[in-house]
Amino acid sequence: MSRAGNVVESVRARLADSDYSDRSLIVGTMLAIYVLYLLVGFSLGFDVNGQVNALQRITFLTAVFAMAGLALNLHWGYTGLFNVGIAGFMAVGVYAMGMATAPQNPETTTAVPGLGLPIPVGILIGILAAALAGLIVALPALRLRADYLAIVTLGLSEIVRLSFSSNTLGEFTIAGTTMGTGGNSGINLVGDPSKIVRQFYETGFGIGPLSDLSGAILDSFASVGIEQIVVINLSYTVVVVGILGFVYVLVQRLGNSPFGRSLKAIKEDEETTQSLGKNTQLLKAKSFVIGCGLLGLAAILWQGSRGLTTPDTYMIELTVFIWVVVIIGGAGSNTGTVLGAALFVSILDEGPRFFRDIVNATFDIPRAPTSIVEAVGSIGEGDLMPLLAYVFGELAALQFVLLGVVLILIIKRRPEGLMGHRKEPASTLDISRPATERGDGAPGPPAGSSDPEAGTGEKEDATDE
Amino acid sequence: MSETETAPTEQEETAPEPILSVTDLRKEFSGITAVDSVTFDIEPSGMTGLIGPNGAGKSTTFNCITNLVSPDGGTVVFDGEDVTGMPTYRIARKGLIRTFQIARELREMTVLENMMLTANEQNESPFHAVSPGLRDNVRRQEERLLETAWELLEFFDIDHLAYSYAGTLSGGQRKLLELARALMADPEMLMLDEPFAGVNPTLEERLLDRLHALTQEGYTFLVVEHDIKLIMSNCERVLVMHQGELLADGPPEFVREDERVIEAYLGGEVSG
Repeated sequence: MSRAGNVVESVRARLADSDYSDRSLIVGTMLAIYVLYLLVGFSLGFDVNGQVNALQRITFLTAVFAMAGLALNLHWGYTGLFNVGIAGFMAVGVYAMGMATAPQNPETTTAVPGLGLPIPVGILIGILAAALAGLIVALPALRLRADYLAIVTLGLSEIVRLSFSSNTLGEFTIAGTTMGTGGNSGINLVGDPSKIVRQFYETGFGIGPLSDLSGAILDSFASVGIEQIVVINLSYTVVVVGILGFVYVLVQRLGNSPFGRSLKAIKEDEETTQSLGKNTQLLKAKSFVIGCGLLGLAAILWQGSRGLTTPDTYMIELTVFIWVVVIIGGAGSNTGTVLGAALFVSILDEGPRFFRDIVNATFDIPRAPTSIVEAVGSIGEGDLMPLLAYVFGELAALQFVLLGVVLILIIKRRPEGLMGHRKEPASTLDISRPATERGDGAPGPPAGSSDPEAGTGEKEDATDE
Repeated sequence: MSETETAPTEQEETAPEPILSVTDLRKEFSGITAVDSVTFDIEPSGMTGLIGPNGAGKSTTFNCITNLVSPDGGTVVFDGEDVTGMPTYRIARKGLIRTFQIARELREMTVLENMMLTANEQNESPFHAVSPGLRDNVRRQEERLLETAWELLEFFDIDHLAYSYAGTLSGGQRKLLELARALMADPEMLMLDEPFAGVNPTLEERLLDRLHALTQEGYTFLVVEHDIKLIMSNCERVLVMHQGELLADGPPEFVREDERVIEAYLGGEVSG
């Protein structure tokens, strides 16, 4: 884990240089994580497929968590909207997509029928449904104070989860069309977006040149011993990373615009913003709805590739995870959010499991004791192994303890997160520095006025203390 | 409002349409009447002072006019249109901008961002902000806004602070910023709540100088102020409030002689 510490340190060191390009910061962090995981994989004796699979998994999870994190950053970091119903909006997106794409006459009798729409239409419906859920919450709740929005969103997310697990909605018929959520056992996601990637490799969409291309890609990977299924997963991850890039630019542009400027002002002081002629209700509603749509998209890309989703995926933990991503990265910074997602996935989420595997492979770990009393008691006998075994046995639960400790450390030591200290200009123009420093010719002080820096000294005495 | 003595002013015969007309404005806070049947008209262009002891209801009157606090009764007509109970942001868009007693600059935003925020006629569509071609239009619009922002910052001599965060400004600089920011909205009338509070004499001089220049340009000001001397020597008309009621309304020399005004200020203090 000390290497992970080094990663954090090196990231921090680079942050001191504000001119360091955001893109290389993200790429650098990912590369550092890759090196770490390759070393771990090497010590565990992974073959090529295993190594690629591990890296692919890390990258994929980072991309979807970053996407959800960006949506939350739009809500919380930009607008100051305290959304704690993230899991609910994600569930709405996935379930809407699932119900829209499920075939009308399923082959197996246990599967729930749906509308049988094509995958791209299903994805669009999923995004719109999540956005619509956001609108329904936004209309009444955004008129209230910030803490009420938290209560309403939390309530909605639980209502959504419980409704989806209820048998009443498991299968129902509206206007002659039968569909449903599948109740507790979940819903088969026929509209799996990764299927499009699979089709590309399996059939090339029936287009000659494309199938030649996919064949060539498979062959070149096969020559280094990588299986087709790994190539498909890898390609899907590349597509998801591409979509993340698109979402990143989208949220960045929203922030650096008059729209983002007004959101920033609302976060600071809504009453003042109203007094300056801004329709703050409408602006908040727009921000909320856009963010919810993005949450739906992130969830579809994430859950879709699993082929099945169940209601217990959307517990409150999921909401907490996305919040942790934004808190690590620093609210208000999109680059920080992506870094936060990378560190969360690689160190907090996947890291402990890999660590356990290494230790298990290196040392001979005894059977785990049945209680913590036994585990701690053996320390007195000078034997640490039972405690370690116990920790590994209870890893899933103890991960939450680790998460809590990390959160407390961040909030005490660096409440602004990794990059929350850096302020991005809320304008399409770079208005954060004088034009002379930028040299890009954007309007600065009109010609003929004194140099703003030079004027500081003489004016100081005229301005009050 | 029969108690109010209205002094005859020379404008009265050829009085233009009032830009702001407040009639019978009333506001109660759990039984305590903060604003009691306040009625006054403000003619366009010029500076009117609104004075009164602490708790006289000056700020509440401001809040009721801009509907930050919804009034319990009465009407507010701005520029010939009834704006009573209209959302705050729409009143502001019609050209009636107010500032706050404690300067409420947006601390985490730079001075320039504060300035750019206010302009009313700007494209705030999120769709335009993200679409490749349309974003260029937004950018061009922002370039024009930035020029106006620089002009105003220079007018108030705070252009050297353009890149600073508003939270790092001194009290007086914040007051200047608030006024400059309000002007970015291209208002017709400005209601200033204690613009001179916490401002040192040098900066106060500068602020007054700018206010007079703006009055010459045709802006209308309604200024709440504690410093009676300042109001008496700079406003052509003074409104005096006491315990939620309008006590006097007229030119400074008329108000200064009013018995009840002197009484409200515990004698003599008004004569400055």
